[in-house]
Amino acid sequence: MPDLLAARSQMAVSLGFHIIFAVVGIGLPVLMVIAEWRWIRTGEAVYLELAKRWSKGAAILFAVGAVSGTVLSFELGLLWPNFMRFAGPIIGMPFSLEGFAFFTEAIFLGLYLYAWDKVGRRAHLFAGIVVALSGVLSGIFVVIANAWMNTPAGFRLVDGAPVDVRPFAAMANAAAFSQTLHMTLAAYAATGLTVAGIHALSILRGNPSPFNRLALGVALALGAPAAMLQPLSGDVSARMVAKNQPLKLAALESHFETRRGAPLHVGGWPDMDARETRWAIRIPRGLSLLAFHDPNAEVKGLEAFPEDEWPPVAIVHIAFQIMVALGTCMALVSVWALWRWWRGRSIDAVAGHRYLLRALVLVAPMGFLAIEAGWTVTEVGRQPWIVYGVLRTVDAVTPMPGLVVPFLVFTLLYVLLGVIVVYLLHQQIVRAPSR
Amino acid sequence: MNLTVADVAAWVIVVALNAYVLFGGADFGGGVWDLLASGPRRQQQRELVSHAIGPIWEANHVWLIVVVVMLFVCFPPAFAAFGTILHIPLSLMLIGIVLRGSAFVFRSYSCGPRSEQQRWGQIFAVSSLITPVVLGMCVGSVVSGNVGTALAALAAGTPTSFSAVYVRPWLGPFEIAVGAMTVALLSFLAATYLTIEAEGDPNLQNDFRNRALGAAIVAMALAIVALVLGAGRGGVMTRLIQPGRTTLVLAGSGVAAVGSAAALLQRRFRLARVAAAGWVTLVLWGWILAQFPLIIPPNLTIEAAAAPNRTLEETLAVLVGGGVVLIPSLWYLLRVFKRQESST
Repeated sequence: MPDLLAARSQMAVSLGFHIIFAVVGIGLPVLMVIAEWRWIRTGEAVYLELAKRWSKGAAILFAVGAVSGTVLSFELGLLWPNFMRFAGPIIGMPFSLEGFAFFTEAIFLGLYLYAWDKVGRRAHLFAGIVVALSGVLSGIFVVIANAWMNTPAGFRLVDGAPVDVRPFAAMANAAAFSQTLHMTLAAYAATGLTVAGIHALSILRGNPSPFNRLALGVALALGAPAAMLQPLSGDVSARMVAKNQPLKLAALESHFETRRGAPLHVGGWPDMDARETRWAIRIPRGLSLLAFHDPNAEVKGLEAFPEDEWPPVAIVHIAFQIMVALGTCMALVSVWALWRWWRGRSIDAVAGHRYLLRALVLVAPMGFLAIEAGWTVTEVGRQPWIVYGVLRTVDAVTPMPGLVVPFLVFTLLYVLLGVIVVYLLHQQIVRAPSR
Repeated sequence: MNLTVADVAAWVIVVALNAYVLFGGADFGGGVWDLLASGPRRQQQRELVSHAIGPIWEANHVWLIVVVVMLFVCFPPAFAAFGTILHIPLSLMLIGIVLRGSAFVFRSYSCGPRSEQQRWGQIFAVSSLITPVVLGMCVGSVVSGNVGTALAALAAGTPTSFSAVYVRPWLGPFEIAVGAMTVALLSFLAATYLTIEAEGDPNLQNDFRNRALGAAIVAMALAIVALVLGAGRGGVMTRLIQPGRTTLVLAGSGVAAVGSAAALLQRRFRLARVAAAGWVTLVLWGWILAQFPLIIPPNLTIEAAAAPNRTLEETLAVLVGGGVVLIPSLWYLLRVFKRQESST
């Protein structure tokens, strides 16, 4: 395995692992805060049970997220020292801010988990709200740093070196808004619908306890609206990419030839030799319409760019199709569930509908799969650049040979941790309350 | 002294590192005492450690993130150099950090059989031991100038072996001595803190008093070994022991070391805690003062490694703003969880 590929794979595994915990760390605190707030308002013990149950899940996932995030902050230097030398002063600001958000989150999570009996109810709920807010802020800051890698800003290049560095201007880069919006909604949609699916499964298996029904309600209240808004945010993202990274757009749409009124390819496989997309459903003018909101707009094809700057087209295109398909399913099931809920004026209208419950179980894992696919689109779609148009990935990697070894070691470590976390969460959350 | 923005940023990093050692470091030391739990009260010893670090270890851990982030924002060439030359030990340290943190929560939240919890406990304890040793070895390799030398060889393209660049810089006798001293000091710190956590149980308190005294002796012995191994090499270690700006710090650390041991002997545990933290802090500052103004000996200075001034100034401004939120929050956290023992 070549060293560059090993380094990229290790980074991909580390990010792909960490992001699951980061996402749950953003979504789960919202659920536990809603549950605790409902408990304070209604006095129903089931809500308290829910808040405590979810907070245990948050504790396990936050710890693994914290340590795997630490690994990433070091890996930036271990694997990409030349990238950090170049980019550190420019994109350090969102990382510093993320450090503070994360610190705040750790402090108030400690309070939330261990101080049920030590502080008043309001102070406790406040701690939970701070955890939820600082969690989402952490995510936003990290994604801003990634957005900078796609649309670098806040410096000038002189002889290959950055000068006139303006950290806050770097944060306000072109991709920052669309990427953070898309990721935040994704975190809420994925967590909410996964938790909803888990409780839908319990109900289907013959346990329609108040615990499962109320949990389903709280989880849907977070996940379903987010999943419904996500296609709109996807449109914002697509237009940003069309404007700032036309080559990436061409790759993710598998669009070879520059033309006006470009069709949208749904599915299909890019034939790199023939330079055309096979077996795709073509929607006439669809791409021009989606990317520029104009059916006759010109969309640049891959062929408009030098081939040594193309990302791996097949991976990017397929990952994009997967993300869109999964997101669409999630949005449709969310509309169905919210509609039933609204019509029936009670969560029982959802909890009593077996087909809907089955659909919720089916979409439960989709949010996380869509997130992994979406990050594949963003990250692989940026190749061969680590800083788009400025620094190539191959020039950023560490000179250390034998990188396949750390890649395998960390992969093994993460696989083991993943198995253990699933096992523990099963013990903590899925089991219905015994009392 | 002419203080530049880069100097301020460097001092801030040292302060954050100091906080990490005093708080996060002691949590690792606690894990060592879990590993070395013995005698009739071994179960209570482990429970005390777990109770003491449970609510706060994650917040304490974040000091390390602050150090890393500050380093790569303010001194990117230094961060890149550490990442390159110390790839192997830093990776080992990361594995230790991952295993320590995860195993600790896995043990706390496992509902499985007792044997399962014990296995998490063992992983937690062993990784608590290994992580600070490796961290200390990394520090040792910076102090000895090996990182700087290996980096220069790599940059010059002089033909050299894998081990000369990526292994030998951190795997020498001096580096191992510094690693061992680090873990001994942190264990000493943890045991001293735990004497206060154990108030109300004289036997348990006595266990940790004896452990603190033992660790203090081991740490002193290892400090002398490290000084002897390092003294002949010139550079930072020589400047540390020569009369100069470090003399007062070195003398102070000696006084704090003896003072903490004396306080432990007299069972004045609160005084011992202050003296212990003072000892560890002065060891750290002795190193920093001897090394100043170098960030990577023998040649790379703080000034030369610094990011543009605008980055440094804005980062420091954010740090001050963040501190306004963080410091009251941290104080609140410690007050909620460390309150009862202060009133007893």
